[in-house]
Amino acid sequence: MTVRLEELLRQAFPDATELAVEDRTGGGDHFQVVVASPRLAGLSLVEQHRLVYDALAEPLEDGTIHELRIKTRGEG
Amino acid sequence: MALKDRIQETIDSEDVVLFMKGTPEQVLCGNSARALDALRSVGAPVTAVDVLPDPAIRQELSALSNWPTIPQVFVRGELVGGADIVQELAETGELREKLDGALGEGWQERGREERTVELAEGSGPAAGLRLVP
Repeated sequence: MTVRLEELLRQAFPDATELAVEDRTGGGDHFQVVVASPRLAGLSLVEQHRLVYDALAEPLEDGTIHELRIKTRGEG
Repeated sequence: MALKDRIQETIDSEDVVLFMKGTPEQVLCGNSARALDALRSVGAPVTAVDVLPDPAIRQELSALSNWPTIPQVFVRGELVGGADIVQELAETGELREKLDGALGEGWQERGREERTVELAEGSGPAAGLRLVP
């Protein structure tokens, strides 16, 4: 599952300088994602996290992701 | 008043609103606990709303805020973020600055207690916004 989430994030942030997905509990539904990308530069944290949520909309909606922790940085 | 309007009214009228799973006395989600702890760490005057009694609260809230997850923290009508953002802002000191800016210097001295608002339909005889002592 982490591979699928990584793919979705890679599509949304092709220029990411850091991109990581961690299965926090090993259960395949609690994730921590880290994204650093120039696309996030100049955006508020709310706007940055919204872009991550948008990228992961499908697994969020279908219940695949039960809990998501997000860490973002706007940098190139 | 429609549920959507009650949610909006709460966001607009309360200084700091935390939409959470459970209540401050009985938190039922780790992320809600992290957001509450972050708010408490700066002494924020929290008004808590439990989204669990009615799934419609969460649906209407997310439609209003364009934010898919719980918890959600609002300061003076503005979405500040979920648990990760509020925790980060608390650690960097920006949360306190945000409260200073939004509520005016000296808000700490007003010494308001945490409180809970129920928004679920039929959760009380008033069937509207109701303050729980």
